[in-house]
Amino acid sequence: MTDRRQFLLSASAAALAAALPGSLLAQEATRIGFVYVSPIGDAGWTFQHDLARKELEAALGSKVQTKYVENVAEGADAERVIREFAASGHRIVFATSFGYMNYVERVARQFPQVTFLHATGYKSGKNFGHYNARFYEGRYLTGVIAGRMSKSKVLGYVAAFPIPEVLQGINAFTLGAKSVNPDVEVRVIWVNAWYDPGKEREAAMTLISQGADIVTQHTDSTAVVQAAEERGVHAFGYHSDMSKYGPKAHLTATTHHWGDFYTKTVNEVLAGTWKPAGVWGGFKDDMVRLAPLNPAIPAPVRDEVAALQDKLRTGGFHPFTGPIVDQAGKERLSAGAVMDDVALGKMDFFVQGVASRLPNAR
Amino acid sequence: MLRLEARAEPSYLMRWCSPLLAAALTLLAGLAIFWLLDKDPLEGLRYFLVHPVKDLYGVSELLLKATPLMLCAIGLAVGFRANVWNIGAEGQFMLGTVGASGVALYFAESDSALILPAMLAAGAAAGALWAAIPALLRTRFNANEILVSLMLVYVAQLFVSWLVFGPWRDPMGFGFPQTAMFHDAALLPVVLEGTRLHLGFPFGLAVLAAGYVFMNRSYPGFRMRVAGEAADAARYAGFSTRRTVWIGLLAGGAAAGVAGMMEVAGPMGQLTDKVGLGYGFAAIIVAFVGRLHAFGILLASLLMALLFIGGEQAQQYMNLPGSISLVFQGLLLFFLLGSDVFIHHRLRVGRAAA
Amino acid sequence: MDGALFTSMLFATVVAGTPLVIVALGLLVSERAGVLNLGAEGMMAMGAVAAFAATHASGSPWLGVLAGMGAGLAVALVFAFLALTLQANQVAAGLAVAIFGVGLSAFVGKPFESVALPAVPPIRIPFIADIPLIGEALYNQQALVYFSWALFWAVLWFLARSRAGLVLRAVGEAPAAAHAIGHPVIRIRYLAVLFGGAMAGIGGAFLSVFYTPMWAEGLVAGRGWIALALVVFATWRPLRVLVGAYLFGGVMITQLFIQGSGLQLDFPAQFLSSLPYWATIVVLVIISRNPNTIRLNSPASLGKPYRPDA
Repeated sequence: MTDRRQFLLSASAAALAAALPGSLLAQEATRIGFVYVSPIGDAGWTFQHDLARKELEAALGSKVQTKYVENVAEGADAERVIREFAASGHRIVFATSFGYMNYVERVARQFPQVTFLHATGYKSGKNFGHYNARFYEGRYLTGVIAGRMSKSKVLGYVAAFPIPEVLQGINAFTLGAKSVNPDVEVRVIWVNAWYDPGKEREAAMTLISQGADIVTQHTDSTAVVQAAEERGVHAFGYHSDMSKYGPKAHLTATTHHWGDFYTKTVNEVLAGTWKPAGVWGGFKDDMVRLAPLNPAIPAPVRDEVAALQDKLRTGGFHPFTGPIVDQAGKERLSAGAVMDDVALGKMDFFVQGVASRLPNAR
Repeated sequence: MLRLEARAEPSYLMRWCSPLLAAALTLLAGLAIFWLLDKDPLEGLRYFLVHPVKDLYGVSELLLKATPLMLCAIGLAVGFRANVWNIGAEGQFMLGTVGASGVALYFAESDSALILPAMLAAGAAAGALWAAIPALLRTRFNANEILVSLMLVYVAQLFVSWLVFGPWRDPMGFGFPQTAMFHDAALLPVVLEGTRLHLGFPFGLAVLAAGYVFMNRSYPGFRMRVAGEAADAARYAGFSTRRTVWIGLLAGGAAAGVAGMMEVAGPMGQLTDKVGLGYGFAAIIVAFVGRLHAFGILLASLLMALLFIGGEQAQQYMNLPGSISLVFQGLLLFFLLGSDVFIHHRLRVGRAAA
Repeated sequence: MDGALFTSMLFATVVAGTPLVIVALGLLVSERAGVLNLGAEGMMAMGAVAAFAATHASGSPWLGVLAGMGAGLAVALVFAFLALTLQANQVAAGLAVAIFGVGLSAFVGKPFESVALPAVPPIRIPFIADIPLIGEALYNQQALVYFSWALFWAVLWFLARSRAGLVLRAVGEAPAAAHAIGHPVIRIRYLAVLFGGAMAGIGGAFLSVFYTPMWAEGLVAGRGWIALALVVFATWRPLRVLVGAYLFGGVMITQLFIQGSGLQLDFPAQFLSSLPYWATIVVLVIISRNPNTIRLNSPASLGKPYRPDA
């Protein structure tokens, strides 16, 4: 009896909400939920998403109210967390890790009035979009800096898992470095973990003792930058500006900026103009930036990077422009062609210039 | 002065009251923690204990979360009763997911009704196979099953990781470490419309009942109990230690394997490298809190599931760190182990008699 | 392989092995007294966060190490109270410590996740650090590396030569007999467990203050469990703990060096990573199959509660 009444009540509330114009609803703060895969911490993937959540709050003020859950494992529990947001009156849910994709998809079908956005995935639906950033653009620029500044011509790269996003970064970095210094080689160590500071550090130390004078990482801790600082070599951060962990070592970092995207998305949803789409933004959309450059980078290199950055912003340059040749010498992209997003998303090879081989190559 | 005095007979009342005492103490500790954190303790308890079961969906989620816990725990209890210490249920759980996923992927084209039973059998067999390694090494070479089963957890984890990064990776999955989604015939039917609660829950209850019959009503179960409580007596009576070890480990492995099958064929719908969520370890707590008894395990698995979901919601609504769940789980077990002392002892006021 | 490369590999192996040496030696002592404490991961996590917090507050890494030791001790005391005084099941009590310690460290450590600590400079031992090839690797190390070696000699001497060590071993082998000739079994086991906790705390401190100067949830990353495995791998012998820890460290470092040099192995990394666990199982089988060697090697009463009044 009570159940039915409540059901009727909520059904009529939903009907009412649908009938009301947006302006009336806006009086009450729109609730927005964020699902994070790791603890927020002080740097890294989740930290940048949380930074963006705060930017969203600052931009829209009392119009929005945000909540987050951190450290949500990418298993069956994620569906409950996502659903709890949807069921408790949140209008928009941002799920910020790949492993949530299928759970988001299921919850989105159950809650058509809620808008879901999923980071780094490839599925979408009527009320379910996905978004990601072109981190490889920043990687290319750091590659150019590395190519100009390396004396040993050996660059070190600590990487988590051989998935396309990581391979895009390694390949863009290598292409950037080779574009200014054809003799340079990139060595990759897989640590098979997104977050294991001890192992990341050992991998960086290993690369440094094998001659790398610039290291970078696609993992989630600051250990690589710290190791570089300790050994007196240079490093690029990733995800966040990591300069405070290595003031001398940290040349710059490819940083992620979701704040504008979140604000824009929320505004569109509120205005009723949001359309499900896959967003993949780069420098042009201000979703990827470089952290402030270390003074140790010589002025001509800064100018060179600034010029490239401008070209990326205006769309006049794509890091994956042919000819692109893989390690086996096979041409993957003919001269002058630009790699399309589908090919980028399926990347499963190393370009020439990477000295390591891919594990589990099939 | 307070002191402990040994009871002549273990107290059966305390055997069942001790978990309640532990739960009450955990509750008190919880209130204290919320108070220390400047959060409203009553609100904290509400999010922990009441909010997760506020509606039917919440209850269904609780039962869903409790299902793998009860399955793993009842299997472990069979061994624990006989002093067979399998602490590798986590690894056996993962092997169960592998066995079940193998069947689902191999027969991806088929929509036969036999797929699910085959997955169940494969999951149980794979879990039992993984548990057979410590059983064999214990009976054949006297190697300690605690350590062997624990080592095999790590191996199982790496094995799953290799499968989803290598041969079983979804060719259409953009290189991410996951298998293809299972087709409908390989997914457990939902028993409560609109929720995720699947056939695994009633099945888990049936396994609990079977566990009860085996442990409390059958002759082999009796022999296992004797072996655990009085090893010498068991030997005099001619009960085989070897058989006790085998039954204890295989039951634990098969049950954990079934739990693994239900995870991939239930809420996950595919195999990923994130499949190990610690059910196998949490089940050890469940088995103890549940007194190694089927009914107790049912209650304990519900309590552990509640603590887990409650921690999630305390985070979602009160911004408490998610790790608070682990703190409560640890406290619960601490208090239980502490309360258990009263099974064999009683509190006396005054000095010991000379 | 050139000399400099060898030196840096050796250096890295020693560093990676050091926390395992410290923690495993502590566990070895408590297991020799007959107590199996599965809570190493939790004790390390608590040690790591306490050490980090104290170092951050005081600026002194040494106070940090002390705090880490204290935290390890405190957690071990809870375990000892449950397992020894209340005679709770050791497996369950140890697991409770592991879960509780990992959870509580993450919980109280939240505010420290945004804090960076300066690296602690290594201590160079004059003259012997100049020995070619090995000098830089072995004698230009963190103070706790030297501590781990001192600890090794101390534990070795204690178990093999000292009277107290003899008593401790007797307590682990035959608690009833040790009790009969007047040794306070429970008190000795308490001390052994507390020692294990203190060492696990220091091992945690090494991770958060010296190794990767940072605190974050998950920093210990399973090293406590590996240390437990290592004690078995070492068949409860200090020298084998030392060798085993460096072997574990060496396997990891070698794998990284092979990758870095571009010589990718043609079998999956996961198989290589699982080798230490298989190796532990094999060693366990070898020492256990013969009743004589197992009696010689493993503490007979390991994991079994002792009731003085029974």
